Amino acid sequence: MIGKGGVVARGNGRAYGDSAIGAAATLDMRRLNRMLSFDAQTGCLVAEAGVILGDVIATFLPRGWFPWVTPGTKFVTLGGAIAADIHGKNHHRDGSFGNFVEWIDVMGADGEITRASREENADLFAWSVGGMGLTGVILRACIRLRPVESGWIAQQTVAAPNLAEAMDVFESANDATYSVAWVDCIASGAALGRSLVMTGEHVGAEELPHAYRSHPFRTPRKRNLSVPFNAPTGILNRFSVRAFNAFYWRRAQRASRETLVDWDSYFYPLDAVLGWNRIYGRRGFLQFQCVLPLESSKAGLAALLSETAASGQGSFLTVLKRFGQQNGRFSFPMPGYTLALDFPVSARTFSLLDRLDAITLDHGGRFYLAKDARLTATTLRQADPRADAFCTMRQESDLDQAFASAQSERLLL
Amino acid sequence: MKDIVLVLGGRSDIGLAVAHHFAAAGHPVALAARNAADLEEARADIAIRHGVEATLHEFDALDTDALSGFVNAFDPMPGIVVSAVGALGDQAESEADPAAAALVMRTNYEAPAQVLELFAARMVARGSGTLVGISSVAGDRGRAVNYVYGSAKAGFTAYLSGLRNRLSNSGVHVVTIKPGFVYTRMTEGMGLPGSLTARPEAVAETIFQAVARGRSVVYVKPIWRVIMGIIRAIPEPIFRKTRIGS
Ligand SMILES: Cc1cc2nc3c(=O)[nH]c(=O)nc-3n(C[C@H](O)[C@H](O)[C@H](O)COP(=O)(O)OP(=O)(O)OC[C@H]3O[C@@H](n4cnc5c(N)ncnc54)[C@H](O)[C@@H]3O)c2cc1C
Repeated sequence: MIGKGGVVARGNGRAYGDSAIGAAATLDMRRLNRMLSFDAQTGCLVAEAGVILGDVIATFLPRGWFPWVTPGTKFVTLGGAIAADIHGKNHHRDGSFGNFVEWIDVMGADGEITRASREENADLFAWSVGGMGLTGVILRACIRLRPVESGWIAQQTVAAPNLAEAMDVFESANDATYSVAWVDCIASGAALGRSLVMTGEHVGAEELPHAYRSHPFRTPRKRNLSVPFNAPTGILNRFSVRAFNAFYWRRAQRASRETLVDWDSYFYPLDAVLGWNRIYGRRGFLQFQCVLPLESSKAGLAALLSETAASGQGSFLTVLKRFGQQNGRFSFPMPGYTLALDFPVSARTFSLLDRLDAITLDHGGRFYLAKDARLTATTLRQADPRADAFCTMRQESDLDQAFASAQSERLLL
Repeated sequence: MKDIVLVLGGRSDIGLAVAHHFAAAGHPVALAARNAADLEEARADIAIRHGVEATLHEFDALDTDALSGFVNAFDPMPGIVVSAVGALGDQAESEADPAAAALVMRTNYEAPAQVLELFAARMVARGSGTLVGISSVAGDRGRAVNYVYGSAKAGFTAYLSGLRNRLSNSGVHVVTIKPGFVYTRMTEGMGLPGSLTARPEAVAETIFQAVARGRSVVYVKPIWRVIMGIIRAIPEPIFRKTRIGS
């Protein structure tokens, strides 16, 4: 299979690894970016796959609509969101992006365009949502938006002194629309997994403070900061990460527990720092994201966090989320907890990541392909028996001849 | 309601950028191009994104006989008409083939001038309106690398200047826009110098501001006014021997 060639679609290149790099050629979808129709009764938007989620928000939030599911950056395309079947902070309640896709138009290996939905060409639909571009090129989609009454989120922050308490907060916040935790990955021993768990709710027009009520969708325009150069290698060492984590923890503990946050700051804090990844220096960084089933989450998360803390390689941002039900055919989420870590690349990073892989496998977890740049085909198959079915489906429909990414070649998909 | 903006050559990257820019400010827009029907996606996108009315109009700038019918069909008349009609052509081809040269000349000068003349007459009768012609810095001096295109743009620039002069007391304003290099499908793969090259959105922004402020001749990147000033100032005996890139 290796070295056979094949193309893959690329959205806005926000996947961390090599999933959007074609084995032989890459199709840039960003010019296919037109919105084609909108039904204000149902909130259904038909748009081309290259439309950026941030443009959907810019267009529809002022009219009272917001995406049902959004990742931590608004610079993703609809095609990329569908192909990775992305999740947000509300997976425990609403599931993944694919839940709100009514249909897609997919260009297959023969150049034919097929409309696929849960009713029509249901297999193609089920494999394409979460199919990482390997079932064809998504050209167009119909997605459903959620009605909202304002551009504001009411955020509650709870400081949890350790992992067990953080998980308790998540379980008791199961009704919250959004929940996410920022974990201090340096803390160890009794403080292992100490975190700030943040829940959020869309604020109704009536609940807004008076000053905002006449313009519920008008939120302050954020000033973008940008990181103008690559930080010198080594600036992000264990000491600076430790200092940052400790500072953040203390500050947040002091901060007020309930705050009103505008949508942009709430969902996309990293977008405000254009080029933020440059603080990792020229070598860049790697992400690691796995999900563990509910039963083994506590033990597995403890093991992952201990390993990370012990390695002394601080992860700048460590994020924990609760996943709910999921029925995608090859999508990442499953009911349980997902942990995302990021590391500046160094010689030691790869061996740490191998150890994190092993812990994930031991606890029955699996890996997020949108964040992966270095898994092996063997590890993937040990983690996810669905990979073989995916591969067989691709062979039987000749999709493997036409569509391949650097990632699919590495993972023998 | 805000003025309707008609974009002639509405399929071009600059034309579409102009339509989006005015639509974002709340103007209804009309796109005119050949095979207008296949601009439906672009039309829908403008209407949905900006919440304005957007329409398509079949228009062939080279079909001289059909021009007055096209212009008279508008009711109401657009308040602002932007001509983004043009074609770069290929200098070598124009040198070898008179028909190719004629096409470049007609597309960049004759056709846009004719259609703007017709709109001018209706605007004068109404007593208001703005006409915008997108010309080029290439019209500021004929150069070996693109003088067929450049001469047509020079003609169009002179035409716009004359029209502005004639309409000075009519309530109708004429704007000449001079982009330098622009990143478009027309220039794809040409390896343009970054600091001198504008994005279509910047051209649109320039047009929007020029219309709002009633300006007359505007270079998209001000540096071009300087560059072309220098190039124009070179005495012909010396210029004859130079090779100044496109
Ligand atoms: C700061 C940041 C925060 C993030 N937070 C989250 C998060 O909270 N949750 C989450 O789930 N993800 C998150 N991500 C990952 C991101 O949402 C996904 O990687 C998403 O797929 C990126 O979309 P894209 O348009 O950039 O696609 P790309 O990165 O260009 O491509 C991703 C995959 O989609 C495929 N693809 C793209 N377009 C098409 C198409 N038209 N047809 C078929 N296949 C296509 C590609 O082949 C590739 O396999 C985050 C990323 C960043 C940078």
